[in-house]
Amino acid sequence: MRRLLFIVPAVVFLVIATFLAIGLTRDPSELPSALLDRPAPDFDLPPLPGRDEHGFSRDDLGGEPVLVNVFASWCVPCRVEHPLINRLAETGIVVHGLNHKDQAANAQAWLDELGDNFTRVGHDLDGRAGIEWGVYGVPETYIVDADGTIVHRHVGPLRPEDVEREIRPILESLKR
Amino acid sequence: MTRFFLVLALAWLVMLPPTADAALRPDELLEDPELEARARALGKELRCVVCQNQSIDDSNADLAQDFRRIVRERVLAGQTDDEILRFMVDRYGEFVLLKPPVIAGTIILWGGPFAVLLLGAGIAVMTARRKREGGEAADLTPEERRRLGELLGNDAVRAGATEGRK
Repeated sequence: MRRLLFIVPAVVFLVIATFLAIGLTRDPSELPSALLDRPAPDFDLPPLPGRDEHGFSRDDLGGEPVLVNVFASWCVPCRVEHPLINRLAETGIVVHGLNHKDQAANAQAWLDELGDNFTRVGHDLDGRAGIEWGVYGVPETYIVDADGTIVHRHVGPLRPEDVEREIRPILESLKR
Repeated sequence: MTRFFLVLALAWLVMLPPTADAALRPDELLEDPELEARARALGKELRCVVCQNQSIDDSNADLAQDFRRIVRERVLAGQTDDEILRFMVDRYGEFVLLKPPVIAGTIILWGGPFAVLLLGAGIAVMTARRKREGGEAADLTPEERRRLGELLGNDAVRAGATEGRK
């Protein structure tokens, strides 16, 4: 009985310490995606005027694994990650762009300056499609598999190591 | 004295939280006060996912404004509160609710305080029972009584010592 008096506080301490240790290593700004492993949401976006006639809609997803990159000309981290997105597209990966709450002219000028390797670009002026996707910050990058299911979400700018550690391995596993 | 209360009243005014609906702009509001009240109640329950610890009504983040607009559109369209909250949860996860729902993942959160309370009550009952079973503390030895009497500087304790031995 007396020994219990010492063991119980020690156990309680360990449990609390474990929970706090887990809590401290998690990034609170990285929210779990509610859409993970669910079909991509319905959306139908007009094109950036002058870029093409297509726009970007739910029908463009499925058939093959693709990346969907949420970007905006006003978003500084997007500017940082964009060369990497372009390079990914050059290696044969299909990347679609979701232009989030942006003026069309600004977005087009931004793409002209930094390069545009997107297959489809949708102009989401009022951010509705973004909300359908659960976007809460830009940039965000999603991987959608051949069935049109969202299999991965990356919040924040992609760095080369993110591509090597997350994006490429997941795309590889989808090909098999 | 009057001045003291005046200062006190002013201090209290300063400490009052800023009005809750600070972020709402007049042009966002619905015309029907009843629907607007519903939208406000919903707005207080939804988290602004950008600022995380503010409700969408309190936040002037862009996304919070979009959320408010969506809530109002859906209120106008005649959706129930549950349907509107479900719409947000489907897209942003349970995290978007400021008050976590009671589900498997939040059992520890909701049940934890009660579990700790029960544990404490259990320990209290056990301790009390043990005390009762253990009986009274052993009487002081004559030597201890003598020392206590010396320290207190009177004979009362020494007298008690003789009584106690009866």
